[in-house]
Amino acid sequence: MIKKTAIFFVMILLISACNSGENQESARGTSDNFEKNTPKGQASYSDDVSAKNILQVAMSSPDHTTLVAAVQAAGIEHVLVNAGPLTVFAPTNAAFDALPEGTVETLLKPENKSKLAFILTNHAAPGSFNIKALKKEARKGRKIYTAAGDYLEIVVDGDNVTVGGAKILATIQTSNGVINVVDKVILPSGN
Amino acid sequence: MKTLIKLFILFAAAGFLVILTSCGQNGKNSKSGALTSNAAERVFVPPGEHDEFYAFISGGFSGQLAIYGLPSGRLFKIIPVFALDGEKAYGFNEETKPMLQTSYGFVPWDDAHHPDLSQTNGEIDGRWCFINANNTPRIARISLKTFETEEIIEIPNSAGNHSSSFVTENSEYVIAGTRFSVPIPQKDISIDEYKGNFKATLSFIKIDPKDGKMDIAFQILMPGFDYDLTHPGRGKSHGWMFFTTYNTEEANTLLEVNASQNDKDFIAAINWKKAEEYIKAGKFKKMRTKYAHNEYDENTHTATSTMRKEVKILDASVLPGLVYFLPTPKSPHGCDVDPSGEYIVGAGKLAASLTVHSFTKMLKAIEDKKFDGEAYGIPILNFDAINAGTVVQPGLGPLHTEFDDKGYAYTSFFISSEVVKWQLGTWKVIDRKPTYYSVGHVMIPGGNSRKPFGKYLVALNKITKDRFLPTGPEVCQSAQLYDITGDKMELLLDFPTIGEPHYAAAAPASLIAPNSQKIYRLEDNKHPYATKSERETKVVRKGKEVHIYMTTIRSHFAPDNIEGIKVGDKVYFHVTNLEQDYDVPHGIAMIGANTSELLIMPGQTETFVWEPKQVGVWPFYCTDFCSALHQEMQGYVRVSPRGSNTPLKWSLDGE
Repeated sequence: MIKKTAIFFVMILLISACNSGENQESARGTSDNFEKNTPKGQASYSDDVSAKNILQVAMSSPDHTTLVAAVQAAGIEHVLVNAGPLTVFAPTNAAFDALPEGTVETLLKPENKSKLAFILTNHAAPGSFNIKALKKEARKGRKIYTAAGDYLEIVVDGDNVTVGGAKILATIQTSNGVINVVDKVILPSGN
Repeated sequence: MKTLIKLFILFAAAGFLVILTSCGQNGKNSKSGALTSNAAERVFVPPGEHDEFYAFISGGFSGQLAIYGLPSGRLFKIIPVFALDGEKAYGFNEETKPMLQTSYGFVPWDDAHHPDLSQTNGEIDGRWCFINANNTPRIARISLKTFETEEIIEIPNSAGNHSSSFVTENSEYVIAGTRFSVPIPQKDISIDEYKGNFKATLSFIKIDPKDGKMDIAFQILMPGFDYDLTHPGRGKSHGWMFFTTYNTEEANTLLEVNASQNDKDFIAAINWKKAEEYIKAGKFKKMRTKYAHNEYDENTHTATSTMRKEVKILDASVLPGLVYFLPTPKSPHGCDVDPSGEYIVGAGKLAASLTVHSFTKMLKAIEDKKFDGEAYGIPILNFDAINAGTVVQPGLGPLHTEFDDKGYAYTSFFISSEVVKWQLGTWKVIDRKPTYYSVGHVMIPGGNSRKPFGKYLVALNKITKDRFLPTGPEVCQSAQLYDITGDKMELLLDFPTIGEPHYAAAAPASLIAPNSQKIYRLEDNKHPYATKSERETKVVRKGKEVHIYMTTIRSHFAPDNIEGIKVGDKVYFHVTNLEQDYDVPHGIAMIGANTSELLIMPGQTETFVWEPKQVGVWPFYCTDFCSALHQEMQGYVRVSPRGSNTPLKWSLDGE
């Protein structure tokens, strides 16, 4: 008993001795630093042999600089490199230019980050739907359910396919899903 | 959630250690035990950063090889080598079953002991890792590009393949020796007739410098001792191999007493350049035997097993200059050669001291014929003529020695549970550190080479007891990491391993990581049952055999509805993963299949067999969490009665 008390007392002394010392900061060892040390995750990874993912394909397209800028401003890059599978309806720069003047500039402001993210995720749907699959979906009377929670109608008119009113200009297969290039920004139905 | 908790614990632990650290720094010198000033910081690899070394730690009686990072001790992968692995379908799928074939038939387990890495010019080159199977003698070669077992060769005329699989300094040979001498060739004789009738072989397996393929060049027939461990000469002693022996008494029962009678056993020095000359001169005998050679082809993703029938034998008793015996006290175990190639350390496990032989003196003694008799026609060199020095009373039960790049040696002591650092040349003990838990081998990265990386030493322990949270009578095995950059060794970390962590090899990550395979390219896939697009998927019946050509891509199988299978059919699922994206394997498992899942890498084809026994509709599903719609990745097979007319058909989404 005495022994235990003595040990306890010594421990207290040690701890207080420790506390009385100056606060020493370790260069590593705080969670802040761990986060700084952590690379950007899946979006920052690339190699020479894997097929390109949705983000990598979009970033290499001169017609999608506005979309990529918007994705980065909204901070949703990781969504586009995730295992998916994901279908992205990718409005061209011209599609963004067609929005009322000032819309894109406003959406790119930091305070509108979540609104921008909501609009962009309305262009993404779980699953792999290339143009052939979209036609099949239309034939079966099915709609596309977006990551923002909207149902987009598919309309097939001859060779033309529109989704949520946006015309499909091209279909690109990527490693984690499909990019369908569209001529319009698909605004969420609530807007 | 689990990860979050783990992370939290990690942060908490790290934080605690930081507190201790700052405390220790106030007190200036607190260099004792595991909590030396900044041990935590020196082993902690923050999230997102990588380890400095790959450590290949043998899985001992699990038959596998495990990869850890150093200094963190984090486990990255368990590579199946000599034992079945249901996770990776190794030995279960049709492609890898041949890897475990032997002259005794299918052997699904072994005891894997000594990993060693390929070298070029005496330096680790990061291409292959070799490892031995003790029980049913085999040597495996593992690719350090794919981290998969590419080749296994059986060793005939051997038993207890323990003094294996060590690689010469230009990867000319990987060496395998016999621990349990046996009648060669095998025959039905009384065990009492051991002496003089039982023999051992030392196998020299040629490594193709281009692709690493193994071929037994020759075997040296030796007296019936137990050949325990070996290391190649290097630098000046390149061209020689050194094997420790025990049981030079040639006892065949109660070896713990009867094999401990002689004051000295031997280190056998083999001049393999001389052996090559004898082979060239035709001084070998061809012996009929039988051994399996199993190769995995990266293009067909398939292994083949071929039975070989003959080996070349060189008889050490009648070929002068091939083998010499170096007397070494008391059943030497470890046989280790320093980076310069001059010193050969024999650790007599029952001896009070460590014996060090000099290669230069050995050559001189051979030249001067300083022999103390012979054994079975093999000259025994005079001990004093070859002895370089003795490390006097360094500890109890010396086992293994590794070397750093500064002229120091590190020997493990099993009985006194410690690692002792001593100096080459002066033979003085510099430092000793307890390992507490009956250490076996120790490992320094690049240890078996001319260029060790003298930063860390890993102690591989036999016993763990109270070191980790208890898990019943079976507790995890353990390794301990020491910093050896200073005069004194510092214990930095304990980490659990799969059992048994017998020996290890390590190399800088920079030598290996850049070559690591990411995917298999679909266009290079030469598997006979590969299906390279969904359009090509099909189901083909050949009598009672049904072959399903199936594909996977996020997140479905094609086809996923199959009908027309009958009870008693033998159904082959040949599944090609169409993904061409790093780290996206798919799995597949079928209810009631008498085998494991498949785990198919991007661009790869694998096959499992299912023999349906009951009528009904039976599901299969993806076992590897592949994507957001992984749970939807499933399908059905309809099984009809044997005599039914259900037509064979298959579909995906009704098409």
